[in-house]
Amino acid sequence: MIPELGHFALILALFMVLVQGTLPLIGAARGSLPWIALARPAARAQFLLVATAFGCLTWAFVANDFSVVYVAQHSNSRLPLIYRIAGVWGGHEGSLLLWMLMLSGWTLAVSALSRHLPDTMAARVLGVLGLVAVGFLLFILFTSNPFERLLPAAEDGRDLNPLLQDPGLVFHPPMLYMGYVGFSVAFAFAIAALLSGQLDAAWARWSRPWTTAAWIFLTLGIALGSWWAYYELGWGGWWFWDPVENASFLPWLVGTALVHSLAVTEKRGSFKNWTVLLAIAAFSLSLLGTFLVRSGVLSSVHAFATDPRRGIFILILLAIVIGGSLLLFALRAPKVGLGGSFALISRESLLLMNNVLLVVAAGSVLLGTLYPLFIDALGLGKLSVGPPYFNSVFAPLMVPALFLMALGPFARWKHASLADMAKRLRSAFVAALVVAIAVPLAFGQWTPLIALGLLLATWIIAGSVVNVIERVRATGGGLLAQPRSWYGMHLAHLGIAVFVIGVTMVKGYESEKDVRMEPDDTVSVGGYTFRFVGVREAMGPNYRAMVGELELSKDGKVLRTMNPEKRQYLSSAMPMTEAAIDTGLLRDVYVSLGEPIDERAWSVRVYHKPFVDWIWGGCLLMALGGLVAMSDRRYRLKKAASARVVTQGAAA
Amino acid sequence: MTRFLVPLGIFIVLVAFLAIGLNLNPREVPSPLVGKPAPAFELPQLHKPDEKFAPREMQGKVWLLNVWASWCASCRQEHPLLVDLSESKIVPIYGLNYKDQREDALRWLKQLGDPYVMSISDAEGRTGIDYGVYGVPETYVIDKAGVIRYKQIGPVTREALDGKILPLVKELQK
Amino acid sequence: MKRLFLTLCTTLLCCSAIAKEAAPMAEDVQVEKRMVSISEELRCLVCQNESLAGSHADLAQDLRREIRQQIRLGKSDKEIMDFMVGRYGDFVRYRPPLKATTFLLWFGPLLLLVAGVATLLLYLRRRGRRVADAAALSTEDQQKVEALLKEAADSGRNP
Repeated sequence: MIPELGHFALILALFMVLVQGTLPLIGAARGSLPWIALARPAARAQFLLVATAFGCLTWAFVANDFSVVYVAQHSNSRLPLIYRIAGVWGGHEGSLLLWMLMLSGWTLAVSALSRHLPDTMAARVLGVLGLVAVGFLLFILFTSNPFERLLPAAEDGRDLNPLLQDPGLVFHPPMLYMGYVGFSVAFAFAIAALLSGQLDAAWARWSRPWTTAAWIFLTLGIALGSWWAYYELGWGGWWFWDPVENASFLPWLVGTALVHSLAVTEKRGSFKNWTVLLAIAAFSLSLLGTFLVRSGVLSSVHAFATDPRRGIFILILLAIVIGGSLLLFALRAPKVGLGGSFALISRESLLLMNNVLLVVAAGSVLLGTLYPLFIDALGLGKLSVGPPYFNSVFAPLMVPALFLMALGPFARWKHASLADMAKRLRSAFVAALVVAIAVPLAFGQWTPLIALGLLLATWIIAGSVVNVIERVRATGGGLLAQPRSWYGMHLAHLGIAVFVIGVTMVKGYESEKDVRMEPDDTVSVGGYTFRFVGVREAMGPNYRAMVGELELSKDGKVLRTMNPEKRQYLSSAMPMTEAAIDTGLLRDVYVSLGEPIDERAWSVRVYHKPFVDWIWGGCLLMALGGLVAMSDRRYRLKKAASARVVTQGAAA
Repeated sequence: MTRFLVPLGIFIVLVAFLAIGLNLNPREVPSPLVGKPAPAFELPQLHKPDEKFAPREMQGKVWLLNVWASWCASCRQEHPLLVDLSESKIVPIYGLNYKDQREDALRWLKQLGDPYVMSISDAEGRTGIDYGVYGVPETYVIDKAGVIRYKQIGPVTREALDGKILPLVKELQK
Repeated sequence: MKRLFLTLCTTLLCCSAIAKEAAPMAEDVQVEKRMVSISEELRCLVCQNESLAGSHADLAQDLRREIRQQIRLGKSDKEIMDFMVGRYGDFVRYRPPLKATTFLLWFGPLLLLVAGVATLLLYLRRRGRRVADAAALSTEDQQKVEALLKEAADSGRNP
């Protein structure tokens, strides 16, 4: 009964979004107030209905209702409760429903937090979001219904893939989807602006916090996924350039470009067309990612079980949504004004350069990801494009971007002087040079790549420090008086620097050993010593494990015991390795259990990974920067003040 | 106006490629060995481990080399087809028993029927590497001159047999 | 009892002090290093989304063994790569070889960059001229823009 209720709620939701996606848009075009007023209630009803459907599916999982096909395929009565809840998004149908729930959630947020918007604008934004929701609800109802029944019911479920039975599943997909779907709001604002012809600074100001919010979630989602892969897959890698990872990275790159370009549009009224195009592109790439994961056109570790019908459906959806918006763009963009003038050397042009680099980087990742498909489609053979390609193409593109990153905050709007900037940044450059030469020498190995990484990271950090000092001195208001958005920028830039340090250090100085250990054997890596105590058997809730015990010590002092596991899941008989990690600010020590060799001996792999946590720490700082920027008081303007901006903006 | 149509143009091209991509299998790896002489080997026979077999003995004949193993689930799926084919005596099938235990393999043939003129043991999988085997079962069509003319990846199906393998065999036998 | 426990502890400690260094899994660490660096460039054909170095698949283990053996036989990295490509095609290479069909793959990013920067410079120059024209045509509109921007600057107080 409950699953039918969920199914019914989804059908009602479809009707609701049909209302939300049509009447308010028509109303806004014709100036019909009652129709415009429909947008908000429809958005709220939609959320309630989708949330009900999601709740019903969760209930089916929690209650072990194996008469639902999807539950029978992705759960098991022995599965712990937390994974039965997270298991809701452990497969194609449920994760699509999560996607939809996120979309409804964002829609609800827009309807609640858009009081300061003119009603026609809010109606248009909600209308566009409604249209996107129509596509996805149709997709769910026609090709991927999670509530389909299995008659007779299964005795027990087939179980959730053991790889997914991890706290990572609880947090990573919701965060990532919040980010993916969040760009739909920036997209809806862009389309609404194109529809109304109201592409102005006010539009940029409204959509900026939404874009930043989506960007924060996406940053965190990607970082969580990377961290999950790091500790779960058992060999300490953190980024694999897998097609699906790339699919999440593409909207991030374009979203980052969008965040910067919105800054210009808001402050200077320039690059409006470009900003709109980026907003369309960021969401389009999210949709493309969905297509790549769910259609089976690329083989990937993350790919869901594929069904060609689904592929065709999303492709058509993609063609309508993206094609339609790009057509609208082509029709409306030529009439959009140019905004203020600026010189060749100015903050505007530097930000445009940043955009060019980020978009070229995104283009390159997209090219590498889809190239095997292009070649295959043209009948020219099969090939693979993997990490060696992406590393050698992506890194060089990032070098100028990182270099310019420190420069940006020093450039004035409209017109900047290179000589002046060089003078102010001289000390930062010297600091960077010293670090790049000295630190690798202190670590005992100097290579040009390590030096370059540290040079760029220090350059960004020192640049930020100089910029903060200068500004505080110049304004005289003290540290706290500075606008939060400005702090947010510096925090995010700092995050990038911390990330770069992490990557550089771990690539440059990590060490590993693959050894055969009998009880009491020791192995040392990076100054740490492991003593193998032994392996014992243990039972988990739904698996049998061999638990290794190793004693970690440094300089003769015992630090702790580490327990890497080798698990055998009961229902699927799939073996899984669970690494044990000692996390530290300056290094991780990582151990994973290999195979038993004989009665006493096991193969054991130990790693020393200096600064590896800085990779995710950097992402966290970026997200924090976004959060601080979002809290800037100018986004919390009262309706009156904001409305003034609108009328003036419209006139401009 | 036209320059604002560029993004749309790029997108249309992309959609066209994605649409074609939907009908392709990204996991299938075509073999570079097609059109090349079948790699030489000399391996013990499954039934008579003391005697060896080498592909050069097949000079002048068109034959199939089917890579199989008792642990391979999809081999079971194609097996009845192979048994049928061997009874029709159109083309001799040789089996390359890949990374298997001899007893298991013999029991398997006893249970399900033996379509092979002869099975050859590749216990180490070394010959499998030379033939570019990456997923058992795989089937090679080898011509009179000892050149590989076709490779079926995965189980032999009725369609593959009637549509490709048998017509090719008849063509080569002429 | 407590004393016994302490003695036990000290014996354990003493034993751990003389414990032997664990033997590396690889017979030859140098060979292993080269094997890993070669197999990181190769795609595992069974799992297809792992490198040969990282894969646990049976075939991957066989192929790693094959690579080790060839290293010991004194083959060069290129010879080993050719061996793999000869059997599995270009598909096994994670770094596609440079040839006519991959030209766009390898030079695409550079072309994109050059095109991007060139477009940017052209746009900036053209834009400068057009903004000047527009300003001459409608100073009135321009004033409104300025007023708007002033408002934005007042509420944001950004540099």
